[in-house]
Amino acid sequence: MTTATIDLVVRTRTRRTQRRRVVMAILAVLILVVVATSLMVGHTFYPPGDVLRVILGEEVEGASFTVGVLRLPRVALAVVAGCCFGLGGSTFQTLLRNPLASPDIIGISLGASAAAAFGIVVLGLGQAEVAAFAILAGLGVALVVYGLSFRSGVVGTRLILIGIGMAAMLESAIAYILSKASEWDLQAALRWLAGSLNGATWGEVLPVVVALAVVGPLLLSRGSDLGAMRLGDDTAAGLGVRVERTRLLVIIAAVALIAFATSAAGPIAFVAFLSGPIAARVVGPGGSPLLPAAFVGILLVLVGDLCGQWLFASRYPVGVVTGVLGAPYLVYLIVRSNRTGASL
Amino acid sequence: MRVRALWLLAGLVVLGVLMMLSVAIGSRDVSWSEIMGGLGGSIDGLGQAAVAKRIPRTLLAMLVGAALAVAGCALQGVTRNPLADPGILGINMGASLAVLIGIVALRLVAPEHYIWIAIIGAGLASVFVYTVGSLGRGGATPLKLALAGAATAAALSSFTTAVVLPLNDVAGTFRSWQVGGVGGATYAAIGQVLPFLAIGFLVCLGSARALDTLALGDELAAGLGERVAVARVTSWIGAVVLCGAATAVAGPVVFVGLIVPHLCRLLIGVDHRWLMPASAIVGAGLLTASDVVGRIIARPSEVDVGIITAFIGAPVFIHIVRRQKVRAL
Repeated sequence: MTTATIDLVVRTRTRRTQRRRVVMAILAVLILVVVATSLMVGHTFYPPGDVLRVILGEEVEGASFTVGVLRLPRVALAVVAGCCFGLGGSTFQTLLRNPLASPDIIGISLGASAAAAFGIVVLGLGQAEVAAFAILAGLGVALVVYGLSFRSGVVGTRLILIGIGMAAMLESAIAYILSKASEWDLQAALRWLAGSLNGATWGEVLPVVVALAVVGPLLLSRGSDLGAMRLGDDTAAGLGVRVERTRLLVIIAAVALIAFATSAAGPIAFVAFLSGPIAARVVGPGGSPLLPAAFVGILLVLVGDLCGQWLFASRYPVGVVTGVLGAPYLVYLIVRSNRTGASL
Repeated sequence: MRVRALWLLAGLVVLGVLMMLSVAIGSRDVSWSEIMGGLGGSIDGLGQAAVAKRIPRTLLAMLVGAALAVAGCALQGVTRNPLADPGILGINMGASLAVLIGIVALRLVAPEHYIWIAIIGAGLASVFVYTVGSLGRGGATPLKLALAGAATAAALSSFTTAVVLPLNDVAGTFRSWQVGGVGGATYAAIGQVLPFLAIGFLVCLGSARALDTLALGDELAAGLGERVAVARVTSWIGAVVLCGAATAVAGPVVFVGLIVPHLCRLLIGVDHRWLMPASAIVGAGLLTASDVVGRIIARPSEVDVGIITAFIGAPVFIHIVRRQKVRAL
């Protein structure tokens, strides 16, 4: 190699890293801005000073309740849930090398939802039990879908189709459970199923935070292994990745994140699906997509919640906003990949 | 030839038995004499009244089952795609959203008023899904079609949720329709939907020969003198009318159109002139049986047919996917 080529490679790499840094910084600033806005704006406006004093633990008349008890847990839940969905979704997409292999399309979120609906309506469980139940069901569905699509190796497309079939079954189970629900339970269950941050409490937020703190770093530390596995299993093995072990570990971790977030906030539609592709687009090629996807997920949930609350005549839960935004993107993605004949 | 005729005959016999079961079994136990009385049209006493209510329900289950199965058969023929099904092609969701719009914007209340709007919604959704699924190399492969359908269904259901959620009064009506059931059948509704179904059946049966030719591939079919585009459009319209009308009265019942033609193909081969009537009979039987099962397993309450068929159909769908070679997908 001549010095000129080496120079070019170095420069391209530096430019990529720089772009990544700049974009991540912008995303972080945006998140801070939206968090601050969500805390200040509402039926009553509180200036930044009041909000800060509440966060620091001082008593401020009015603001202590509105900001400290109502808005703060809500925003916290938005942040951790968005982070979980973004991380989990983009892990699946990277692992199966297909943007459609996100948990909300292959039935994992629906498994958690069905279990939660069953728990709320039929068993009348409390919040903590519903969460545990949803997590187990999410893991169960993931294992079943993975097992069913295993025929001398898992092929992404087969897994997606089998996941779609599974999702259809789970959906009708949810429909049945809802048809048996009383008026009161129905409204609650419907809101939950759409994905909502309404009435978030610290009790709901805490388990998700713990899950994120435990599983998140583990996933992020596997980022380079995942990147190697994107090149194909054999190449990854050649690069020193223990493929099967990594895959299993990463899947369980991602499902756990999704299930914990789902159990607290409901299956906020398409956040897991959208975060990865959007992140890949803004950050550009190279590097692990996980952390950018987590940032994008947080932004999606925060902005979706703000829009749902204040933009329309009636208040919508965040999942409806992200669903209506995400669905056309899903169709667009399929149109594009069909056009280019990509490896669907 | 004779074997096929025997299969059809056997199917008819089984269907007859299922009809009797459907009239005899339900939340309320009825005696033999009450069944006879109810069938004769008298409604003295609770038992006879129950039997009399089960008759239109049975008829509707048969009609809807036959319609969906024939529609699925036609769609699988037109698209030459084993996964084509009213549910997977997004037709049900299209009809759902259209009906919801009808309920909210046009204040429609009775199922028989949904028919037109459901057919329009079904048609639009199916054309959209097929267009998206057939873009790019290789045309509408099973995988691309299924993905386009699933994506469209997800999109439509997001919009549906967005419309339903703030409207408490509509949510109940729409939910109960959406689950898919034949429980609320009336003779009036059957009468309203019958002409549509009859037209759909005739169109599909009429295009059976053309579908056989189409199965050889477009060029060969054209070479044999078949007007390919006309045949496609005709049978597509027949299928959409059948699904739309069936969905309007019974809600989105899934997977019947997928599994019945597959089953029939195993039994009597791929000739559409036999496949269509066989699908009609087996579809009618499947939905009637599902309805009966739904009444038995959750006594004294009921499970709607749409849920039963999903639980029968999804494993079959998964099985078909597993059996396909990855390349073919």
